[in-house]
Order: sequence, then structure tokens, then C-alpha cells
Amino acid sequence: MHGRPRKPSTPVDENASSLKANKIKSLQSQFLHYHHNKIYTEEALKINEKLIEANPEFMTAWNYRKLAFQDKVQALIDEELRVVENALRKNFKSYGAWHHRKWVVSKGNTSTEREIGLLNKFQQLDTRNFHAWNYRRSIAELKNIPDEKELKYTTDMIETNFSNYSAWHNRSVLLSHLMEKKVEGYLQKEIILKEEYEFVRNAVFTDPDDQSGWFYHLWLLDQTVKLDMPTLVSSWPPHGSDINQVTFPIILYFDEPVEGVSSHTVTVQTENDIFKNVTWNPLSTNKFKCAQAWMTHLSIPHEEVNSSKKVQVKVSSEMSDGIISLCGVTSSRPWSFGFTVSVCQNPQPAEGQNRRLSYADESFCIVDTNSNSAGLLTSYFESKTSDYEQSTSSKWKSEMIATEIDQYRDMLTWAESKKIGKLTLARLLTAYDAVMSTGAPDTANVEEVLQLYTELMKLDPAHNQYYKDEYSLALLKQVTSNKESLLKYCWQYKESTSSNITDSLCLRLNNLSLSRIGSFERLLWVQSLDLSHNELHSIEGLEALQLLSCLNLSHNKLSSFMALDPLRFLKSSLQVLDISYNEIGAHTIDTRRYLCSSPMSHTLDYDAKFEEFANGDANLVNFWDAYSIFGGLNLTQLDIVGNVAVDERFALFLAKLLPGLKWLDGEELN
Amino acid sequence: MGELAGEKHAAYILKVEKKKDNLEAVIMEHLRINGAYWGLTTLDILSKLEAVDQETVISWIMSCQHSSGGFGGNEGHDPHLLYTLSAIQILALFNKIETLDIDKVSSYIASLQNEDGSFSGDIWGEIDTRFSYVAICSLALIKRLDKINVENAVKYIVSCKNLDGGFGCTPGAESHAGQIFCCIGALAITGSLHYVDKDLLGWWLCERQTKSGGLNGRPEKLPDVCYSWWVLSSLIIIDRVHWIDKEKLVKFILDCQDTENGGISDRPDDAVDVFHTYFGVAGLSLLEYPGLKAIDPAYALPVDVINRIFLH
Repeated sequence: MHGRPRKPSTPVDENASSLKANKIKSLQSQFLHYHHNKIYTEEALKINEKLIEANPEFMTAWNYRKLAFQDKVQALIDEELRVVENALRKNFKSYGAWHHRKWVVSKGNTSTEREIGLLNKFQQLDTRNFHAWNYRRSIAELKNIPDEKELKYTTDMIETNFSNYSAWHNRSVLLSHLMEKKVEGYLQKEIILKEEYEFVRNAVFTDPDDQSGWFYHLWLLDQTVKLDMPTLVSSWPPHGSDINQVTFPIILYFDEPVEGVSSHTVTVQTENDIFKNVTWNPLSTNKFKCAQAWMTHLSIPHEEVNSSKKVQVKVSSEMSDGIISLCGVTSSRPWSFGFTVSVCQNPQPAEGQNRRLSYADESFCIVDTNSNSAGLLTSYFESKTSDYEQSTSSKWKSEMIATEIDQYRDMLTWAESKKIGKLTLARLLTAYDAVMSTGAPDTANVEEVLQLYTELMKLDPAHNQYYKDEYSLALLKQVTSNKESLLKYCWQYKESTSSNITDSLCLRLNNLSLSRIGSFERLLWVQSLDLSHNELHSIEGLEALQLLSCLNLSHNKLSSFMALDPLRFLKSSLQVLDISYNEIGAHTIDTRRYLCSSPMSHTLDYDAKFEEFANGDANLVNFWDAYSIFGGLNLTQLDIVGNVAVDERFALFLAKLLPGLKWLDGEELN
Repeated sequence: MGELAGEKHAAYILKVEKKKDNLEAVIMEHLRINGAYWGLTTLDILSKLEAVDQETVISWIMSCQHSSGGFGGNEGHDPHLLYTLSAIQILALFNKIETLDIDKVSSYIASLQNEDGSFSGDIWGEIDTRFSYVAICSLALIKRLDKINVENAVKYIVSCKNLDGGFGCTPGAESHAGQIFCCIGALAITGSLHYVDKDLLGWWLCERQTKSGGLNGRPEKLPDVCYSWWVLSSLIIIDRVHWIDKEKLVKFILDCQDTENGGISDRPDDAVDVFHTYFGVAGLSLLEYPGLKAIDPAYALPVDVINRIFLH
């Protein structure tokens, strides 16, 4: 004790002191009784409070208060959990009830066993209750239940009942985590995939009609096929080629959309360092600067042109930190390709178009394989095994897929329901060709794939258009797989309408019932393309074809001007366009709107100049879409007849928008 | 094939709007503002919006606004993002967005964004991609998308992408058509659809069509008319709607009508409600059923309303 003066005590003092002592002693003994018997009533707490006031240094008394507090909180928590459980019994899909439980559990001590026990009960009642699965995931995270344990739970659930999509889904999430975090025992992708293929095969073979296994199998296949990092698959100009233009584009085509292509990550080298400030542009509509195809436009400077030397150009990427895929994987393998530019001393000025171009059969003749353009095509295909990245083709991939192919071929012999078996087989064969493809044409199995999709169109008519799209893609793969098959579809123009148009080959893919186009990496060389008389409602992907000057899309199913959005990226090359006899204006719903540049998706600002341009003309939307698309193009020839949206007034509007237009719907303009 | 009993459905909606005291209305009182959005949008699609007294509706909606700027499901109820979107959508229908204190509402919405880009439904912290959609759609309609961190919002939504191409309510949650609509809609509005594997998701979505022609919400579940909206609008946004049999779906929706008393139910011969009436009619609009106004698949409002907001 401190600060008390020394003086003899008086009888009064002694009495007061003694009374106080007795009081405190009584409080203490009552308190200790309550404490040891874990009694936390209002009365007990009041006793404790008096004691603490008299002697705040009594630690045990404070400990007691903490215990009392925890007890109260526990009682509150237990009460809330009881109320939630009651509510869930009435409706186990209530967002409010599950969230309240999560909130309460975050406040204090709850037993993991109790929560898992509750979940097991609910999940037995309804194995697909996603609220329960989500809650389970949050408890596992809160209580640090290891992923391996939860993985075992999905195994148990699946073995109880194969038709448990929720369990398969959770399995895929947990396995991905374990592989990503490189957890012990989950390091070798091939071993895991092998086990999972066997596991899902049991489910699929037991009940071929149940969808759960099929989606999981598709995921396994994707894990097998996908490359370990974004890869350059094609470019223009092709490696080893010789081009003779003063101005030309360089196109980089990757296997998936990437960010980060810039002069820091990609270098364009020449002997005298003639290209300064090279800017690379993504060929896509989003504002996030990511695309599958990137390009830059280069011009040989005057001094170099006059010297009439051949300019050697090398395009390469060495830096490992730059080009990234959408999921954050860096492209760290270096690549490069080279070509030469020869420009003659006095280059001819480019001819304007002097005659209307026609796509009629009579306008074409067989290709002269000695011509320049045929030569470019050859060098394009010869370069396929060039200095592009040699992606390490792993043997285990093709072996694993081959095993699956055998298994599912066998299944098709005894399973009654054929649909999913045939679809999976088609996908497996396509995947097999894809992983075999270093250098060799990746179309060994394409005939069988085409056959399977034809059968599926009849087997499953509701999804007819899905199979048709897949068929179209496979067909284009076949057509573009090598120079010989491609040359069958290439034609030369008989008469000249302008040198830069008619010297090039025309790739004629008309009348092939194509509902979808693909294989763009094999078509970067195309300058003139005829896709007429097909079933296309979208031309997505054409933006990569930066050399395209003539495009025929007549007699297709384009149902809005927005469907032409990819042409925005071809404004410096496109001169001749035919979109006659499509369905523009015939539909109230536009399925391309959000995949293209528009104010609704915040990818294009509304241009207020449109209003003065349209002069108060009716049908605002169609005119706005057309204004937005055509406003940037430099067409000399356009055909639009045969579309509901097009009438005389609209044709005038277009002519005003395209000052360089010489022919509209076959008529020469003045 | 039957026909759409448009007049009957309009009459049904107007009738339900007046009945406030029966069990169904009382149980739904906490989300009356959602119900108003479903009913009024359906009327507009059927070109019958003038049947409603605009001023009465607007004044009731404004009475649902809380001092925080957010809207509750009904007068006196706590605010939540879900009801805030419906309020804004209804005002958009009537071309009366200027009734709002735009700064106040947009601040309320923006305050609910978390650091990882996700959105809480209200101050009590439930996180779900439904709320990401609601926040993004609301702010886009009042032209204040810049008040949130769009990049983070998109990142969070993408983190909820699953290995089957679909999306769930939180990272790791199973794909569900309702959540997919919310995520796809939000990504569409923010010009971020390049994050979507359209072929993979398109196939998952088109496999929702069952033998009856109706759509379910996830594998091995029953078809329900409301998925005619959520699956269908997602397919339209990613341009894969041609992968389903549209005619069979039209027939399924028409079979879910109560052609005598009006209204549409989840499945043929079940009880009708305003919720399913809206989704059935909106689904038919997306399927280009004749005589219906076109509806925008991302904002879930008639196309002419969206054009009025964005093409000016």
C-alpha cells in the first residue's frame, strides 16, 4: 500500500476498517462460489461488480467477467443458430437465413463439427443445394479445413450418387486449387488427369444420360489440351517471305487473347533502325487493350525507298515479363520471324478502282501458280514450321486422348443413347489432332469429325445449329490445312479493275453452308474473300485479316449493321463490300449488340454529330448503327439491296456518309 | 400452337396490383417494388403501360427511398441494392429518371463496393454477384458508372467464373443460370465480354433445354419459365441463341399460360404469379414473338427505353 501517513489507529478507525473487511470478505466468498460453479446470473454479476469497485486489482474477478461475457455471447449465438435452423427447415434455400448464420458464426465460438454436421444433414436431403455448398466452403475457409479433406468429401458424395453435378463442380474447384498451389501429391498433372479420367468414366458408363459426368469430362479434356502459356501461332508477313509494298501491316496472331503487346515487349529490327515509335494495336472492341490479334502499320521512309535496297526486317519477343493471357499467365518463350521488303526505285502510284468488280463465276480463271500472289501463299504455308515458338508437344497428351478415344468408341457400341458419346468422340478426335500438330497438318481425323457432326444434327435436332457451327469450323480447318486444298478454292481475276485488287487471289468459300467462320490464323494473307451464299450471322474474327480489300457477304443471315462491327478494323484496306440479300432490319432483337462497339456497353461514345447528319430522319437505331459502322470506311463499291432496312432514303444517307463511293448496288454514282 | 393471351395477362397484372391484403400480397410485401418492376415492364412490352397511373406509382416509389439514398422493398423497409435497381428501372420506363437525386443514389450504391471489387447487398455485408449486376446496371442507367471501380468490379465477377464456363454467386460457387445472367449482363454493360468463353458457356446454356422445350437453371433440374429469361438473355448477349430450339421454347412458355384468368406459371398447370408472367412475356419478346416490344437482354428494359438513355 502507498501514500498512507503513519499514525496510530483510533477505535473508530478500527471499527470502520473491520466492517469494511467483513463486507469484502463476504463478497469474496460469494463471488468465489459463483465463479467455481460457473454461475453468471444478474445477481451474481452485481456481487462481482461491487467487489471490483472495492478492489479493482482482484484479477480473478475480471477473469470471471470475461467468462460471463463469453457465456452470454455463446447463449446469443446458440439462440440465433437455433432460429436460423428453424427457418431453414421451412425453406432451406433462403438467402437471408444462410447469410445470417454466416454472420453469427463470424461473431464468436462455434463448433466446426456442429456446422459440418448440419451441412451433412442438409446435403443429404438435397445434394444440389448450392447454399449449403457455399456455406460449407466458407466454413472450410474459416476453420482451415484442408482442401484434401474436402476433396475426399466430394469423392464420397459422388460414389454415393454419380448424378451429383454440385459434387463434381466442387471437385473441379478443389483440384484446381491443389494443382495451382502446388500442394504435395498434386504436382504431376498427368497422373491426376489419368485418375480423374478413370473416375469419371465409371460415372459416365453407369448412366450415359446423366449430364454431370459429361461436363466434368469436358473440363479434363480442356486441361489436357491447353498450352502452358499464350503462344504466337501465326503472323503476317510470313517468315522468309518477300513483300513489295512501301506501306504494310504486321499482324501477330496468338492462340488466345493477350495483353501487353507493345514496343517494350515486341521489337521490330532493321539494319538502319528505320522504324521509330512502332505502336501496336489490339484488334478488339474492348477498352482493356487485350486481343487475340495485334497489328501495326509500317511505312518504309523515303530515303530507304529511293535507295532500292532490300530491307531485312526481324520481329521478335525476348522479354519474359510482357505478354500476358487473360488469366495472368505470362508468355515467356522467345519467338521471332523475319521477312524482306523490296521496293523498286520508282514505285507506281496506286491505281484507283476504274471498273466495278464482279463476283460472277465468269470473272474468274484458274490460278497461275507462278504469279506473285500464289508465291505469297506458298511462302505462308512453308513458314508454318519456322521460327515460331516450338511448343513442347508432350507425348502423354496424345496417349491420354488416344486411350479416351478407344474407351468412348467402345461405349458407343453398347450404349443406347448415342448423343453425348458421339459429341465427346468428335471433341476427342479434334483434340487429338490439335496436340499432334507440331508441323504436321492437324486434320488427320477431320473426315470422321465431320461425319459425327452430321449424324448429331439428325440425332439431336434441338441443338442442330450448334453441331452445324462445329461442322463449319471443322470444314474450314480441312480447307485451310495445306496449300493444295486451299488452292482448290483460290481463283484469279480475268480482267483488271485496279492493280491492287485484281492482282491478288480471290479465296472463294461460297455455297458451303457455312454457319460460322474460323481458322483465321491461316487466312491472314487473304485480300479478296467471297463468303456469299452461306448461312453466316456473324463475321467475328475477320478483323484479323488486315489485308482484306474485297469482301462478299451477300446471301447470308447478317441481321443487323452491328454484325459488321469487325469491319471497323479494316478501314484502311477495305474498298469493295457486298452485303446484299441479308436480313438487316428484319429482326427486333440484335444478338451482336453487346459483342460490338456501342454506347450501351460503354465501348463507344455516342457521337452527337450523328443527329445533324441524320437530319431528323426516322428509325434512329438502324441509322445510328449504320452511321457508326460505315462512317469510318473508305469504300468505292457497295451493294446493300435486299435488306429490309434499306430503302431509297437510307441509300441516300449512306451515299452522303461515304464520299468516295463510286458504285452503289450496281449503279455508278455521280 | 396456342397464342399469347396478352390482354388477359395485362388484366391479371392490374388486378394483382390492386389486391394488397390477401396472403400472397402480404407474403410478398417486402419485395413489392420488384413486383412493380415485373408488372410494369410486362405492361410496357405488351404496349399497355398507359393503363397505369404514372404519378401514383412514382410517388409510392419515392416513398420507398431511405435517408441513405437506397430504396427498400416497400415503404418503411430497410434499403438494399436489389430494390434500388427496381426503383431506377421503373423510373426509366416512365422516362422520369430526373425525379431522382442522382448523386445521392449513386453514392449509396458506390458505398457498397468492397475492396476486392465485389458488392454487398446492404450494410450487413452479404456478397453475391447478383449485387454486382444490380450495382452496375443501376449506375449505367443513371450514367454514373464512373463512381465505382469498374476494373475491380469486373475482376471480381471474373473470379466467379467456373470451369464449365458458367458463373456462381461467389468464387467457387456452382454455375447457376440466374447468376450467369447477372454476371454476363454486368460484363456486357462494362464491355468486358472478352473474359467469357462463349462457346463453352453457350453449350452449357443450350443444354438447359429439356425434352419439353422448356429451360432449366442447371443440369438435372426441372424446367421453369423464369429460365426463359435468364438462360435466353445470356445466350442472346453472347450470340449463341441459335443453339437452342426457339420454337419449342415458345410453345413451352405459351403452355404455361392461364389463358382464362391471365398470368403465367413456372410450369404448365401450376399457379401463376407476376414474377413468372414477366419472365414468360420477356422471354417471348427475346424470341421475337410477334406483337411484342423488343426487350434489351442486358438491362432488362424495353429497347426503346435503352435507346432513349444511351443514344442522345
